[in-house]
Parts: sequence; structure tokens; C-alpha cells
Amino acid sequence: MLTCKEFLGELSDFLDERTHQEIRTKLERHLAECPNCWVICDTTRKTINFYQGMKECSIPEDVHSRLMAAVERKMRSEGQV
Amino acid sequence: MEPVAEISEEVREELVLVERARTGDGAAFSSLIRRYEGKIFRLAMNITQNREDAEDVLQEAFLKAYEHLDQFQGNSRFYTWIVRIAVNQSLMKLRKRKSDRTVSLDEQIDTGEDTVVREIATWDPDPEVQFSREELHKILSGAVDELEPIYRTVFTLRDVDGLSTEETAEALELSVPAVKSRLLRARLQLREKLTRFFKRKGDDAFAYM
Repeated sequence: MLTCKEFLGELSDFLDERTHQEIRTKLERHLAECPNCWVICDTTRKTINFYQGMKECSIPEDVHSRLMAAVERKMRSEGQV
Repeated sequence: MEPVAEISEEVREELVLVERARTGDGAAFSSLIRRYEGKIFRLAMNITQNREDAEDVLQEAFLKAYEHLDQFQGNSRFYTWIVRIAVNQSLMKLRKRKSDRTVSLDEQIDTGEDTVVREIATWDPDPEVQFSREELHKILSGAVDELEPIYRTVFTLRDVDGLSTEETAEALELSVPAVKSRLLRARLQLREKLTRFFKRKGDDAFAYM
């Protein structure tokens, strides 16, 4: 059986579904037998899900306006507007 | 798993916009800005942790991209390219502030500690019920802000913005294994920080055994 350290080393790839079937089977066996790693795996998956749900990122209106103004100045100086 | 070869709708639209911008279509470049300014601003805030610096980085990144549009290689995504510019600009800001030492995202890390886990506890099934949307947002951003820049940046690109491991490596000029070890560490550190808030009441380590 894998050690917990070996399991954790593969955890990211396992959660991203990037492990080969052979390793995946070993990892799943470890999970079934090790409650600690099961909790770590479960809570790490939840952690990632939380942040994936945080997608929207608004930019402050004043920051946006100043950016557009700077880009327009640049375009004008290159004769493209 | 191999990187996906087919081009998504989003990337296809991006390519069309870049092509139009390259031929001098200002409106196309403005569309690219609108598409990515929020993410680039957040990334710059993440690295510099200073609003003024982040705004400078945002402007410099898009101005540089505009200036060098003809050098953009169509074999990578525009977004990956502008992320790389923004990361470099952000690091320059940090170096200026800490003029006594260099700042790099490629610092050696002690891989032996990659898998250190201090607290193991199950979480409440629905932290969303326990915390309001604002509280949750505050907890999540606070936890990311506490990470070292090298972990914060990899985590944001990979798990929040949804770049692939390969794209993250390209944007940060890191190797794929370096991205993977930073990502693992970032995820485990965040998991640990969130456990402080979300662990089931009365649950201590090993209580479920």
C-alpha cells in the first residue's frame, strides 16, 4: 500500500484527473483504507471548488477608465484612431 | 492526460480579435482589454498587494501588448502572453520596493515540506449556509492573501482563472514540475487555512476514526 506521503504527492494530479489508471487504482485503494487521507482529499477538493466558484472579477470603474484613456492615447499617437 | 488539442470557442474568438487588432482595429483591442482587464488587475493585486502598483502593471501590460502585437506568436494564447507580461511587470514593482533583494517566482522550495499537513478535520457539509456570501468571499480572499507570492500566483492562474498546468508554466516561465509542486503546496496550505473556519463543530483530529 502507498504511504500517506506518497498519496499526498499525487493528490493534485489525482484531483485534476491527470493520473494514469494504474496509479489511480493505487490511490483509490489508499483512500478507501486511510481515513486521514480521505479527509484531506475531500477537503482539498472542496477548497478548489470554492475558488473555482469565485470566477467573477470586476475591475474598479476608475481603474478601467484610466486604462482605456491610456490605451486610446497610445493608439492616437500611433495614428490608429 | 495530454493537453487538449482542439481550440475552444473562447480561444477562437480571441484569435480573431488579435488578428483584427494586429491590422489596426482599435475596437478589437478594446474588446481584448474588456475580456481580460479584471483578471490581469486581480493577478497584479495578488503579486504586488498594492492597488497603485497593480494599476500601473495593468496599464503597462496592455500598452506593451499593444506595442508588440506583431511579435505575438499565434501558437500560444493571447491571455497567456499578457499574463506573462503582467507577471514580469509585477515582479519589477516588487524588486523596486525591495531594492535590497531580488524577487523571483522561481525560488527554490523545500520539496520535503510539500506534504506537511497539520490539521485534519471534516468540514461542515454546507459552509455556504453558515456564512454569508460576503463572509465567504472575505475568508477565501484572506486565505489566498496569506500565501507566499509564488504559491498565490500559481494557484490563482491554475485554480481560479482555470489555465492548464502547461499554460501556467508558460505564463510564469516555470517548468511543469515546478508548477505542480507549487500548486500542491498552495492547495494544501489553503485547505488548512479554510479548515479553521469550516471544520465541523466539536470535531477534533481523528474524531471520525
